[in-house]
Amino acid sequence: MKIIVAMKQVPAPDAQIRIDAAGRWIDESGLQWALNESDAYALEEALQQKEKHGGEVVAVCAGPERVGSTIREALAKGADRAIHIDCDDLASRDALGIARLLAAAIQPESPDLILTGLQSEDLGLGQTGVILAELLGLPHATLILHVEKTESGLRVKRELEEGWFQNVELPIPAVLTIQSGGNKLRYATLMGIKRAKTKEVRRIAAASLAAAAAPVVLLDRIALPQKQKTTQMLSGSPQEAAAALVEKLKFEARAL
Amino acid sequence: MSSVLVVQEARADGKSRFFQESLAAGRILAGLTGLPLEAAAIGNPNSSVLAEFSGPPPAAAHAVQHPLLETYTSDGYVLAFEQLIRKLQPAFVVFPHSYQVRDFVPRLAARFGKGLIGDVTAIEAGPTFVRQLFQGRVNGMYRDAGDGPCFISIQSGAFPPDSATAGATTIHPFVPEMIAAQIRTHPGEPFRASARTVDLGSAQAIVAVGRGIKEEANMPLVRDLAAALGAELAASRPICDNGWLPMERQVGSSGQTVAPKLYLAAGISGAIQHLVGMKGSQCIVAINKDPDAPIFEVADYGIAADLFEVIPALTEAIKAAR
Repeated sequence: MKIIVAMKQVPAPDAQIRIDAAGRWIDESGLQWALNESDAYALEEALQQKEKHGGEVVAVCAGPERVGSTIREALAKGADRAIHIDCDDLASRDALGIARLLAAAIQPESPDLILTGLQSEDLGLGQTGVILAELLGLPHATLILHVEKTESGLRVKRELEEGWFQNVELPIPAVLTIQSGGNKLRYATLMGIKRAKTKEVRRIAAASLAAAAAPVVLLDRIALPQKQKTTQMLSGSPQEAAAALVEKLKFEARAL
Repeated sequence: MSSVLVVQEARADGKSRFFQESLAAGRILAGLTGLPLEAAAIGNPNSSVLAEFSGPPPAAAHAVQHPLLETYTSDGYVLAFEQLIRKLQPAFVVFPHSYQVRDFVPRLAARFGKGLIGDVTAIEAGPTFVRQLFQGRVNGMYRDAGDGPCFISIQSGAFPPDSATAGATTIHPFVPEMIAAQIRTHPGEPFRASARTVDLGSAQAIVAVGRGIKEEANMPLVRDLAAALGAELAASRPICDNGWLPMERQVGSSGQTVAPKLYLAAGISGAIQHLVGMKGSQCIVAINKDPDAPIFEVADYGIAADLFEVIPALTEAIKAAR
């Protein structure tokens, strides 16, 4: 199977998020970046499918120069090659615009399967994979924990709400959005990191993809949320804060 | 006729509170734009949730029915709602932000060359739609542009349903055109993975741990605290994904919903997926080194410090106090 994995680079999970001076976007200076977590699970699923059935895993990532580190990470873990869609204005594109870029880059590859994470940790839209399926005219399934190849296509395990699951059968080619936790993530080996340097990374300028369209969803500004509740912050040394908390829990909240 | 169309995406199965919340959001939009409110649901006109509304009923309701919609599929639902929307030409389409809506509405919106403004927590003049970014650390103010309907989905609990007296409206049946071959996915019956052996829902006290614990080797820290408190141990999703605690101890939208007397969150940033599972707790304590972590939004008591220093001190203080 030829499998495409669409990945996103996002601020690292413990990165401090600061709003920029104009209040339009976050201040990206000095930010640590990482591979979006559910995309890491999508990559893992792709690598395991290749190990079982053979084929090729191609990582696709849109973004500026910095996403090169995420692409190298995917190659080091075992992706065969990568496509870097070069664009510096990711934040001003909407989900439909990003999906159009990805679709234009993926279409000529004619993959059997397209995997991506169920949502990004920064915008949390959870739409790119589903829109991608629509643009490519392919069936899709979301929140997938397990993928099994059958004679006619795929059988996938889909997560529903409140601890319920469902198996879904669908033909290939198809798009799946992968939920985290279905597999154990691998680490890149030293050999993998070394090999990654020789693997092909094709760079495509976003402007050359002829997928441009004015955004239909606009992010006007961002702001810190207003507090819903008055939180009593307890300060001091760890011992002082702990003692104050026990006092509060015992005599104020009566929760001890 | 241009309108605000509120859609009940699931079949009438007792989940109608979320539909009533969507209607409350729809009424806000109707008020801001002066457009009439309409409702739509999949199902039989007689037995569906369209029969009775809490609060002022919509101008009209549409019961979408077809044998191929008996079981949910993204292809079937996209086909059905595409045809309904082309017929009604609403200016706004409002959905509840459920797993099912996340599965098909982005595809439906793309068919109209539009996007979905998803998981909306507030609607302001403009209309401007507020949704959370960066796992709840920041709010984003969004606007719809371009021609065609504006698709939004609303967060559970963000728009309290109208409690005014019930009313009814005219129900129009709508039968979309579709054939079985257009539906490419074949879903099986829903199932539970295994019987739950832990019922966090009845726990009096819960100590929940998140990514801030960093390594599995550090788990005894929170185990000791839970033991000192006589609390059940729980976690946010990443901890269970890593296998450091079993999946059945996960609290949040994909795990259990809990409301204990005391909920102590250690190293949990407070993404909405976790908050929906625990914000009903009586007393919430948050320990997190990031003072801006959204968990502090819902906490009664907070300690913004390194959990590796605070938790051992707290375990000792609780042992001494008991």
